[in-house]
Amino acid sequence: MKWILLSIVVTATALSDLLQSHEMKRAGEQSVDARGLARLLKTIAMRRYLLLSIVCLAISFFAFMALVQAEPLSFAVPASASSFILETVLAKLVLKEDVGLRRGAGALLVLGGVMLLAR
Amino acid sequence: MRFRTYSLLGLFVFLRPVGNLSLAWGTKHFPQVLSWNPVVYLRAMVDPFVALGIAMLILSLLTRLALLSLADLSFVLPVTAIGYVLATLFGQMFLHEAVTIQQWMGSVLIFVGTGLVGTTPQNTTPNSKESA
Repeated sequence: MKWILLSIVVTATALSDLLQSHEMKRAGEQSVDARGLARLLKTIAMRRYLLLSIVCLAISFFAFMALVQAEPLSFAVPASASSFILETVLAKLVLKEDVGLRRGAGALLVLGGVMLLAR
Repeated sequence: MRFRTYSLLGLFVFLRPVGNLSLAWGTKHFPQVLSWNPVVYLRAMVDPFVALGIAMLILSLLTRLALLSLADLSFVLPVTAIGYVLATLFGQMFLHEAVTIQQWMGSVLIFVGTGLVGTTPQNTTPNSKESA
């Protein structure tokens, strides 16, 4: 059961992040002061892909809630973070980001660290 | 711009693990097993620790959205991974979860990887902002 929950968390998180990155770059610079938060909430409400990303995040969140109840936090958090390497590849292929040598090496080091953390 | 990005990063890195800790604390002390039944989830959300965790995670989500408006996804992902080190630390300190030497070595790798990614340009995509 824990691997099914983990798969749901990883897939839904990756889809959510790709949609969020794409839409937020299009929306322009945002902030989180009082005025910025109001503007940000308005931006979310007006963009259907951002709303879809929130739905994906909600699916990921509820699966994560079930996961942390059954498994130690020190497993659940790093294991669900394995989605970021999939996302880094998709960021290069889909979002056309420049994932150079340093960024790629850094991401791999972080992945190695996450794997060690996850045991 | 770089200062603003790192301010948002700092806020996100604080909110996420503290929110997760509160959520984990609340769910672990919740008397019912969380299943596919949404009513059980709604009951769990009334728990103060679960509610506080959810509030902090919502604020962390908004902070991350603002961050993604300034920086690449492939920049944000590894740099914010430093939060997993904090989550491990909090798991050990507050939930009394055992943390091994191997996990501390993992934390060191995350620190180094985060530092390396932090030296790269934060935004490498062409400006795709829509005209108003």
